[in-house]
Amino acid sequence: MRTAERTALVRDSALVWLASGVVGVSFGAIAVTGGLPVWVPVVMSLVVYAGSAQFSAVGVLLAGGGPVAAAVTGLLLNTRTAAFSLAVADILGPGRLARLLGAHLVTDETVAFALAQPDPARRRAAFWVSGLGLFAVWNTGVLAGALAGDALGDTGTYGLDAAFPAVLVALVLPALRESSAIRRSALLGAGLALAVTPAVPAGVPVLVALAGLVLHGSGRPA
Amino acid sequence: MSATVAMILALAVGTYAFRLVGPVLHGRVELPERVQELLGAGAVVLLVALLATGALTEGGGFAGWARPAGVLVGAVLAWRRAPFVLVVLGAAAATAVLRAVGVA
Repeated sequence: MRTAERTALVRDSALVWLASGVVGVSFGAIAVTGGLPVWVPVVMSLVVYAGSAQFSAVGVLLAGGGPVAAAVTGLLLNTRTAAFSLAVADILGPGRLARLLGAHLVTDETVAFALAQPDPARRRAAFWVSGLGLFAVWNTGVLAGALAGDALGDTGTYGLDAAFPAVLVALVLPALRESSAIRRSALLGAGLALAVTPAVPAGVPVLVALAGLVLHGSGRPA
Repeated sequence: MSATVAMILALAVGTYAFRLVGPVLHGRVELPERVQELLGAGAVVLLVALLATGALTEGGGFAGWARPAGVLVGAVLAWRRAPFVLVVLGAAAATAVLRAVGVA
């Protein structure tokens, strides 16, 4: 990997780290101001390490839904990480330790960063650089937010909720441009996911989207 | 509080198990090229579904206009091959400005 590529990778990742750090702060703050002790969001972020599942689980807890419902909601949201882990399995690295550690770093953003790279070496570098950075920043942010309480205010004011879908747009666009089979599948999948969203529990819509792969066809360029 | 500990542990162990599926199967099961291709396509399909539901919905309902409008600004910038930084900041800024002028 050339120095310029490395710089670009860190620069692009840093933006996602920054945004995730702010969301992490808000997660810590929401959990603590909702009445949970500081260690709950902090430990959860270290061992679960999945933003949307953490928000949902804490949301269920704070709404009085009970620990079982909280765990089930979070797990349902995280089923997609199984598919992501299959997609990045060959880029984590050869050693057992790399695989065991790398598995914990599998997130939407990290996988998107890795798969957006053109060759295996760069995919591996992108996975580890964006993944380790994200882990550090996310957990630091959650700790800061849990200690600071509601100092940050509503992160919606900064439009952060639009930043994450935009990150994914930028990262998947090359794959969508390149292959009409993927384009068809993704469009159908997104349509299905949106259609079922009002009717099913969180986490299920993106799984339904996988049905879009029926349009992937033989895989030959069409 | 022990119920909360159990919840966090169950969520952590379950999530890690999901994440281990790929690394554990890798090298043990020889996946046909066609399946590998579908896995790559499946990851993109998942990411696009995530961005679509993330841009348009919140808690099972419509997320309001400000967020999808911001994401659309980001998408147009990305389509025109603007730098990544610009795509992300453009999306957030557009949504922030819309909310500042009263668009939900």
